[in-house]
Amino acid sequence: MTQPTNFGFGDECALLKDSARKFFAEHLPVDRLHALVAAHPDPEAPSGAPWRDDLWPAMVELGWTALAIPESAGGLGLPAVAVAGLMEEHGRAAFPGPLAATLATSYVLAAADSGTAALEEVAAGRSATLAFANAAGSWHAGDSPVSARGGRLSGTACFVQEPRKAERLLVAAQDEGGLGLYWIASDAAGVTVAPDTIVDLTRDQGRVSFEEAVAEPVGRNGLAAFHAAMPALWTLLAADMVGAGEWQLQTTVEYAQARKQFDRPLGFFQAVKHQLVDVMTRVDESKSLLYNAACALDHEPEKALQLAHMAKASASDMAAFASGRSVQCHGGIGFTWECYVHLYFKRQKHSEVLWGDGAWHRARLADILLGEVA
Amino acid sequence: MSESERKDTPEQAEFRAHCRDWLRDNHPGEPPVRLPQSAIEIMTEPQLHWLQAWQKAAYDAGLVGCDYPEAVGGGGRTDCQRVANEEMLAARTPFLPNVIGLGMAAPTIFYHAQEPLKERLLPRLLSGEDIWCQGFSEPGAGSDLASVQTFAERRGDRWVINGHKVWTSLAHFAEWMILLLRTDKSHKYDGLSYFVVPIRSALGKGVTVRPLIKITGETGFNEVIFEDLEVDDSYRLDELGKGWQVAMTTLLHERGGGELVTPRSGGLTSKTSFSPTARNLRTLAQETPRGGGTAADDPLLRDRIVRQFIREEALQQNQRRSRVPALQDHPMRLQLQYKLLISELAQDTARLGLEVAGPASTLYLADEHAPTGGQWPLAYMNSYGMTIAAGTSEIQRNILGERVLGLAKSK
Repeated sequence: MTQPTNFGFGDECALLKDSARKFFAEHLPVDRLHALVAAHPDPEAPSGAPWRDDLWPAMVELGWTALAIPESAGGLGLPAVAVAGLMEEHGRAAFPGPLAATLATSYVLAAADSGTAALEEVAAGRSATLAFANAAGSWHAGDSPVSARGGRLSGTACFVQEPRKAERLLVAAQDEGGLGLYWIASDAAGVTVAPDTIVDLTRDQGRVSFEEAVAEPVGRNGLAAFHAAMPALWTLLAADMVGAGEWQLQTTVEYAQARKQFDRPLGFFQAVKHQLVDVMTRVDESKSLLYNAACALDHEPEKALQLAHMAKASASDMAAFASGRSVQCHGGIGFTWECYVHLYFKRQKHSEVLWGDGAWHRARLADILLGEVA
Repeated sequence: MSESERKDTPEQAEFRAHCRDWLRDNHPGEPPVRLPQSAIEIMTEPQLHWLQAWQKAAYDAGLVGCDYPEAVGGGGRTDCQRVANEEMLAARTPFLPNVIGLGMAAPTIFYHAQEPLKERLLPRLLSGEDIWCQGFSEPGAGSDLASVQTFAERRGDRWVINGHKVWTSLAHFAEWMILLLRTDKSHKYDGLSYFVVPIRSALGKGVTVRPLIKITGETGFNEVIFEDLEVDDSYRLDELGKGWQVAMTTLLHERGGGELVTPRSGGLTSKTSFSPTARNLRTLAQETPRGGGTAADDPLLRDRIVRQFIREEALQQNQRRSRVPALQDHPMRLQLQYKLLISELAQDTARLGLEVAGPASTLYLADEHAPTGGQWPLAYMNSYGMTIAAGTSEIQRNILGERVLGLAKSK
């Protein structure tokens, strides 16, 4: 199978990306985002994880939760490059909702070996998230600390994304058949959400405990489903990071044009100019690798694992670099709560480690490219 | 069918079929001599003559210079060079030897010379019969190009040129040079003018070409000294004092940003050619003993080797994305990054090759124990040619910061 030279990014994808950009700019520009999520600085207090849940019906109406779901399960069945375009704009806006978690869940559900009821629910607008990581932060679903006996879940899943914003949980649980997938409401009996106090103000994360919670089995081979879906998850997260990185670049460039010292704009000085160019080249490398991975998911699935590892490894390092430079080049104001760059700095640092940081992905790439070490 | 093929105009489609037919029957095959990495590293007459024969054949078949008007030796086609390039690259052809001529001199002459001069110079340039070189840099004018001191003094209809150009690739083979010089010492930019001057026919008569030995010990480029070289005023391009603007046309095309697409072929690799790629790095690591295993088992080296694979893939995908307008924020943004990124990538990969080779990285070309025949230290030293020539990495970052990001000019 060969890939289209334009990544398969056609008019439909461009239209979706464009409309997403306008939607986020209109409904949650950065000043309003800041007023919403950063109103009360207090590092000791857990965040209430505010977001614009009133926007969710409009997002569902636009078909965003159904993008990655096959038409046979009530979805739109759009290519991964379309999802990448949407998520790039999502990251550019640092949007705080459960959209990424919901899309990620839909990828795992779509890869599962059972019926389509849960997928149809998501396609119709039900928000959802994944519960599979253990306390050590293993991103290997087979290490899930949750177990299931007779359809009842017990144990505590950690590093669950948007647990207070998502209405459903897709849980990977050790059961009689290996690793099963279970579908349960996040406010069901026996489910307790304990929010983490996190650095990122635009996201929510927590531990979800299950005590004999009755859940619906939705897949017998959870390991295979997660394995098949992870490249799509890394890709959609890389897209969010690329969009956020572009915001960091443009915002810092604007500051370097406007701010004057020694009678010159900051950008006149090569010590600043060259750093911003380096941010640009890193963002561009990550963006090219992002669409490369997304296109492979659509057209060359046998290469998707390797190319998605590359996309997330690159995006993680880029996010760390762009975040550091955006604060540094803003100088004193960049070190304060009132300058918006801290929102993106924190979001990028969260994304950097979520589902594997650069070193984690490169270690897996090394096994593919250099062979495993005996 | 490729994306660009689908968008072919009827003229392009017909021309593409012609290119394919011709290339199928006329590929020159494996070269009888070891080929260097690129045209600017051509060292011997046999290398040059074999490559010149290829350029002449491709030109005669209409694959080189196809977008130039017929009156100046071109093919008179519209936006077809891109098509010929795609087909030549796909057919894994040898590179074209007259790179300075095709990439820089031809568009500059085309946009700035009088018609008779175009008609005289361009046909033999496009065919590769006349090799061209570029006289820009001087001992005292590197990144600050506009400070060139080579001076032309007017004597009636003639000019008398004195000065010293350096880093002049291909000068030892060149018939002609594009020459940026000074005609007025009182204005830095407005005192510059631009000429084409004969080199080969003037050797010993006002022109001296001396090879400069590179850091690697190889020959490659030259210095060119002008001592009272007399040239006719008809060799001047554009108006007196407009040399800087003409030079901008040259540099724009050198950086791939010009209107006229540069003829490009390539892809043919001779068996002994070497470049510092991630794949070669992997092979080296797997063949280098380290501890009880190989260097490819070392977790730190594994991480760094994989980084080079990722950067290579990113650069390839940048080029792919540069042809998708919907995935770009600025039309020049990716194109202008290419030179910076590929030169720094090659340098970092070569440097890592030395670390992987360990103590054996001290061994050079003639040592029978040298890994990969001593090519890694050679590639590492040569990589500085790429990060310095044609605008240093620092100048590239200035250009990107100013032209793409819109930051204030650093001067």
